[in-house]
Amino acid sequence: MEGIIGYGASIPRNRIKVEEIAKVWGADAPSYRKGLLVEEKSVPSPDQDTISMSVEASKNALKRARINPREIGAVYVGSESHPYAVKPSGTVLAEAIGATPDVHTADFEFACKAGTEGMFVALSLVKAGEIKYGLAVGADTSQGAPGDALEYTAAAGAAAFIFGRENVIAEALYTYSYTTDTPDFWRREYQYYPQHGGRFTGDPAYFKHIVGAGKGIMEKSGLKPADFTYVIFHQPNGKFPFRVGEMLGFGKKQIEPGWLVNKLGNTYSGSSPLGLTATLDISKPGDLILIVSYGSGAGSDAFVFRVTEGIEKVRDLAPKTRELLDKNCCYVDYGTYAKFRQKIRKAG
Amino acid sequence: MPTPSRYWREIPQRYRLEAGKCRNCGFVAFPPRAICPACKAREFETITLADAGKILTYTIIRVPPQPFVDQAPYAMGIVELDDGVRLTGQIVDCDFEELKIGRRVKIEFRKIFQEGESGVIYYGYKFVPE
Ligand SMILES: [Zn+2]
Repeated sequence: MEGIIGYGASIPRNRIKVEEIAKVWGADAPSYRKGLLVEEKSVPSPDQDTISMSVEASKNALKRARINPREIGAVYVGSESHPYAVKPSGTVLAEAIGATPDVHTADFEFACKAGTEGMFVALSLVKAGEIKYGLAVGADTSQGAPGDALEYTAAAGAAAFIFGRENVIAEALYTYSYTTDTPDFWRREYQYYPQHGGRFTGDPAYFKHIVGAGKGIMEKSGLKPADFTYVIFHQPNGKFPFRVGEMLGFGKKQIEPGWLVNKLGNTYSGSSPLGLTATLDISKPGDLILIVSYGSGAGSDAFVFRVTEGIEKVRDLAPKTRELLDKNCCYVDYGTYAKFRQKIRKAG
Repeated sequence: MPTPSRYWREIPQRYRLEAGKCRNCGFVAFPPRAICPACKAREFETITLADAGKILTYTIIRVPPQPFVDQAPYAMGIVELDDGVRLTGQIVDCDFEELKIGRRVKIEFRKIFQEGESGVIYYGYKFVPE
């Protein structure tokens, strides 16, 4: 059966603490910490972007998949921070891993759900028999406007998945998508920072779509929350995944292994996919995993995976996601962060 | 500053560390060459260099050439890769005090520089602490 044959993550080393941001804007750090359940977030170095992190995550996925990259038939990058407005991120990625030239490549955009979109299409092409292997990456270097609530969480990271038919480590049993036109969060052309609908981003947006997709895939599959060992929801802050889990009937123990946002922040297109990599890192053969993404605008993609015996052979072949999150962190102050993220620029 | 076309020709080396290995004597040429400097043979196979190694020597660049001015100061090093090949490159994500001869580093794919706000973005390899 078709499914994931390799997966990998990339997380920048730099971190900034909520206190450091709050100090600059005269905000109350403890209330942000408590309100968002976020302590710190990742910050990309000036030479890291969606493309470079996509390459690193994909190289880790290739280490686990152990395939010839020339046999990859599709390369998809989902992001809301593609470095170019016109020129694909996917062509650089495909070239860097050695998948060119006989490969289909596309960039996806759908706020925070662009990563799972690519996963859905790559998996579907493998299922259809059109390609042998498909690579999908969710990556972002998200930006929040200075002082905006988003600045406390907007972070950077990437997760990559290679889909195939043989040596599968997690079988893709079901997929389901739930989509409506909902203007909860957007960014117009030439605008540097996104706008959002404040509280409107909650109930009619995040909760409605994740609950819709979660209920939809459980109905389609005949599975109930207790059947799943783990579940991953999109993580715009620490609280939302637990609250939506409760609404659907999932408990803390199912959510926590893939819940990275307290130390990582919201990696947008990388968010739920990175949660899936961290969950695969600790899963056992037979475990059922549910992942539900959320992208503003708005929609959710849901997947049910069943972990196979193959996981044991591949998980140690590349760095585990929590190692990347916890090891060698470098804490930066707000000035360095503002320079790295080009919130301030040198004269001349 | 390299032109986009010159850069484009060097993609196999800059992105994938592709080198030429002499089929006669085993000499590894990076970038690849037409004639082996060791034995003058003309037959090469394409290999990929190792993705980690150790610092042989390094220096801090404080007055860099034009496209890198905004990045100063930064570290440049010569690294002996695990396959014995020596490679020059930027060492990043590492405080200067932590730089040390013999220190293990690995290769990561990074942005090398960009042509202002509207030009091409150039990518390639850099070294980071392992
Ligand atoms: Zn030779």
